[in-house]
Amino acid sequence: MPKRLQVAKTFKMYVDGKFPRSESGRSFDLRAGDRLLAHACLASRKDLRDAVEAARKAHEKWADATPYLRGQILYRVAEMLEGKRRELADLLAPPPPGRGVRRGSPLRPDAEVTASIDRLIAYAGWADKYAQVLGCQNPAAGPYYNFTIPEPTGVVAAIAPDAPALLALVSLIAPVIVSGNTCVALASRANPLPACAFAEACASGDLPPGVLNILTGDRAELLPHVADHRDVDAVHAAALPPRDAALLRAGAAQNVKRVTVRDAVDWSDARQCHSPWWIEPFVEFKTIWHPSSV
Amino acid sequence: MPRTNGATAQPPRWDYAPAPETAKVSIAPRYDHFINNRWTPPTGPKSDAYFDTLNPATEKTLAQVAHGSDADVDAAVRAAAKALPRWRALPPTERAKYIFRIARRVQERARELAVLESTDSGKPIKESRDLDVPQAAAHFFYHAGWADKLPYAFPGRTPTPVGVCAQIIPWNFPLLMAAWKLAPALACGNTCVLKPAETTPLTALRLAEIILDADLPPGVVNVVTGDARTGAALVNHPRVHKIAFTGSTDVGKKIAAATAASPKRLTLELGGKSPHIIFEDASLDQAIEGVIQGIYFNQGEVCCAGSRLFVQESILDQVIRRLEHRMKSLRVGDPLDKNTDVGAVNSRDQLQRIDKYLALGPAEGATLHRANHSTLPERGYWCRPCFFTGVQPSHLVAREEIFGPVLSVMSFRTPDEAIARANNTPYGLAAGVWTDKGSKIFDIARKLKAGVVWCNTYNQFDPASPFGGYKESGFGREGGRHGLRAYLNLA
Repeated sequence: MPKRLQVAKTFKMYVDGKFPRSESGRSFDLRAGDRLLAHACLASRKDLRDAVEAARKAHEKWADATPYLRGQILYRVAEMLEGKRRELADLLAPPPPGRGVRRGSPLRPDAEVTASIDRLIAYAGWADKYAQVLGCQNPAAGPYYNFTIPEPTGVVAAIAPDAPALLALVSLIAPVIVSGNTCVALASRANPLPACAFAEACASGDLPPGVLNILTGDRAELLPHVADHRDVDAVHAAALPPRDAALLRAGAAQNVKRVTVRDAVDWSDARQCHSPWWIEPFVEFKTIWHPSSV
Repeated sequence: MPRTNGATAQPPRWDYAPAPETAKVSIAPRYDHFINNRWTPPTGPKSDAYFDTLNPATEKTLAQVAHGSDADVDAAVRAAAKALPRWRALPPTERAKYIFRIARRVQERARELAVLESTDSGKPIKESRDLDVPQAAAHFFYHAGWADKLPYAFPGRTPTPVGVCAQIIPWNFPLLMAAWKLAPALACGNTCVLKPAETTPLTALRLAEIILDADLPPGVVNVVTGDARTGAALVNHPRVHKIAFTGSTDVGKKIAAATAASPKRLTLELGGKSPHIIFEDASLDQAIEGVIQGIYFNQGEVCCAGSRLFVQESILDQVIRRLEHRMKSLRVGDPLDKNTDVGAVNSRDQLQRIDKYLALGPAEGATLHRANHSTLPERGYWCRPCFFTGVQPSHLVAREEIFGPVLSVMSFRTPDEAIARANNTPYGLAAGVWTDKGSKIFDIARKLKAGVVWCNTYNQFDPASPFGGYKESGFGREGGRHGLRAYLNLA
């Protein structure tokens, strides 16, 4: 009896709720030694622009969704991830020693999947709470109702580090979308495959099209275009080389983008990463005054 | 069209006797930098060591002020860096007491500060007396109380001071902006180098006197006067940890780009082209007063000035008539006269900029309404309040920040159209909305992309109330608990 040939998966990007290849037709190889794991899409500048357009289009409705609904959708995505544990762990598993894709994550694959799911659950819970922690009523010296509320900044780019390929991506995305922003994420260059599987969980988890878009490709190539894009309102990145961070900030100055680059993150530290202070950089504080008088 | 409330009647002729503020304020012929609690002469080349600051209402020189060179900035930053370890280690309750003391001294010298402010900036004495100076004192008082309560401000995090703060402030609210910058920075345990605007350095220097009298340790607050070159030296100084800038969007972007490769923290409070929306169901008397306040306050030289007015079509004619009527009665003239509503424009440059837009508007097809006929003094920089009608969204007077008493009036039919047009700008500092329907006002307030939304009021400020912009109007907030965030690292 011949051994059954495994059906290999095609890994694609996630834009506007669909799974396209790069419009450029480009790809890059991911190999474990001699074995081909996948041809990952090599996103172009045009792909980035398409993704930003999808994110902009989705923004108003997502921002207007009730916090309860956003929380439930994030929770649903976590449920979907739970069902993909094995696939994700396999995609995160290191290739045979001395060969192929380097992972560079201190976490074991199954621990990374667990932490990623738990992170989504934590942020699902924040959806209808962060506004109470970050907002407030202000005791102005006069007959006014005066309060400050957080509102989403808009379209946020998330630039994931090479590792941990899944947990860092989820940790950069979740605080962005929980508050009503829409997101264009660039996956780990070293191992983008878990991001592609995560995108499938998002699609089947009822995340509306365009709320999250995931590109795979070359960070060095796309970063200048992210920095320059006038319709990107903020950037959430981690572990960028100083030169890349400077390039990003210089480009961001053109339209006063809000840029957060995190250094030395312990991704498994829940106290650090499950925090309203990770949501805060991607909200704008609006202060509303109204006189109280007859 | 019904003729109501005398909107079309001839205004009665009121003649006001002059009511000049009589308090005399001493101004020294020459001011040096305030570095390390010492009045420090500038070190730049002799020919460039001092510059003049003028009274914009008379064009007369008030005093000579030191021009901060790179070396002066370096000395100030070093003084601030040296003072930092002891200031941040001070028991917070003690730090608070220093700041409370500043608040009290500002209150005690309120009249002097108000006169000096109006003399150097051109703003009406009633504004400096009733807003700038009391708000400046209130900012110190409010933030003093935070100094020992910071651990409660950011749940789950431990706040620590950022370090040496470079603070660059504009000429429209010289003393108040100094207070907005210094008060939270000091309360959070930082040390400061403040650079006042080139045309309005005198009240910040007077505040330095107050700080000296309040016995603050040397180097905690330093004031370096100068122009854009001085500001650039401060921004680029390697020992500065944080930059807080209030000013134009152009300069803000340059600062953001200049610090891109550095770890410096940055907050920007930049320009605006704030929309003001009046619905047909608004209380019109109050709305007109709000619009007048919103654009003619401080000669319109306000980053959050309500410079784009959107009026629901059914009441457009009525609003235009009332604006003309109300504008006639505004008194333009001597800033030190207690009856003056609109004072002098801050500088010749600014007046030229405003005049450029007054010529541009009609050239693009808008109609200029100049109903005000106040008699203007012979010398000085003056602009009578005015507004444009027939303005298209593409007109420069509807898109660019004029920073003068110039309003662009446009109309809309539906709430959705009002929102879309109000938000159609790269700015997002403030917005105003007038309607007597509660559910509508909150819906509009929610949809306006602006950091401050005034509902049935305009231009309200309070130290407890966060202020700052969306989009290209900047980032970071000033005032309230949110304002502290800019001056703290959270561990």
